[in-house]
Amino acid sequence: MTTQALPLKRSTGAWIGGIALAVAIWFAVYRQLQPFSRWAVAQLPIPQGSALASSVEFFIYDTPKVLMLLTLVVFAMGVVRSFFSPERTRAILAGKREGLGNVAAAGLGIFTPFCSCSAVPLFVGFVSAGVPLGVTFSFLIAAPMINEVALGLLFALLGWKVALTYLAFGLTIAIVSGWVIGRLHLEGWLEEWVRNIRAGDVDLQPDELTWIDRFEAGWDAVKEIVGKVWYWIIAGIAVGAFIHGYVPAELLSRIMGADAWWSVPAAVLLGVPMYSNAAGIIPVVEALLGKGAALGTVLAFMMSVIALSLPEMIILRKVLSVKLIAVFVAVVASGILAVGFLFNFLFS
Amino acid sequence: MKDVKVLGPGCARCKTTEEMVKVEAAKLGIDVSVEKITDYEAIAKFGIVSTPGIVIDGKVVHAGGLPKTDDLQRWLQA
Repeated sequence: MTTQALPLKRSTGAWIGGIALAVAIWFAVYRQLQPFSRWAVAQLPIPQGSALASSVEFFIYDTPKVLMLLTLVVFAMGVVRSFFSPERTRAILAGKREGLGNVAAAGLGIFTPFCSCSAVPLFVGFVSAGVPLGVTFSFLIAAPMINEVALGLLFALLGWKVALTYLAFGLTIAIVSGWVIGRLHLEGWLEEWVRNIRAGDVDLQPDELTWIDRFEAGWDAVKEIVGKVWYWIIAGIAVGAFIHGYVPAELLSRIMGADAWWSVPAAVLLGVPMYSNAAGIIPVVEALLGKGAALGTVLAFMMSVIALSLPEMIILRKVLSVKLIAVFVAVVASGILAVGFLFNFLFS
Repeated sequence: MKDVKVLGPGCARCKTTEEMVKVEAAKLGIDVSVEKITDYEAIAKFGIVSTPGIVIDGKVVHAGGLPKTDDLQRWLQA
């Protein structure tokens, strides 16, 4: 907000130059993180090669790394997201038939700005505008689960294969779960007032955005998202650092390895009451994988933490009956289980 | 007297938006009555999908995210 208050008019050229410079500095600093963390740990009065040293190094290395990656990803996605809005998404989805509508909703869920505090207005706005219930659910599942933070960090920390598989399976879960919920015809399980509401149609005429506006939107996203999630990240890295240093690999691969079939449902169950956003959970995922946990089990845990969150269900209770929420949880949890088992089967 | 409604279930950004409306109106010397609408049903009736939303004299001017100060001034002066 302070930047907006300045009467300064920045030119597109200045923005592009500034971004290029910032990216160059970013890469220069990023390359030094690993040597720096080794050097920093060597200065500390802790025995080299100990579990503590290993934990501390993980923490010193990962904290700036994740924050820097997050800044980059959030900025880029903030710019991309300025091309989308929930109102526009609704207009695209209204009247779409199921099937294709589920696919479109899940895809748009990746890019449409979404905040869980908006979940209820969004749900009501979609349903009352004639977006089928199942299609609305596809959107509501995809939007928090496959967001820019999750994908960007997975790509940066675990490579494009994991990120792409997460994307593919996340989309599949959102599409199939929404479709199944649509087939069940549960419209009667919505709260009474939601069924009866006829929302007014807003005709917001957004001003044509310039590239400067879009860059500013990216920067605003950085200030807002990074400003909001940094403590989640630090908490996540601290847990990750502990696992990295202290949890014996042999123990973890026994509990969370591909051979332990029960670990997938256990991971999903464990994930439901836990609430974290993607940024906080990914450092934990990174540490677990490093210790030999199976990819399917870890992804199931991650999806469960992000997609099935208790606070969001409590918010959704305002519009959905308990029965409908139970169906939603059951369908999504089954999808996550299937993904977990399939992954462990394919990649073990 | 302009009638401004800020639509939002009570998230941090909705409160900030309400403050911004008051501050900008005071800067411009425009007399406003700001009402906060937190009821989901009432919000939905305005047809917006994302909050916070701003309604000035019955017309929806903004939905989703914090408004920009110069936009806010423009809407208040319109």
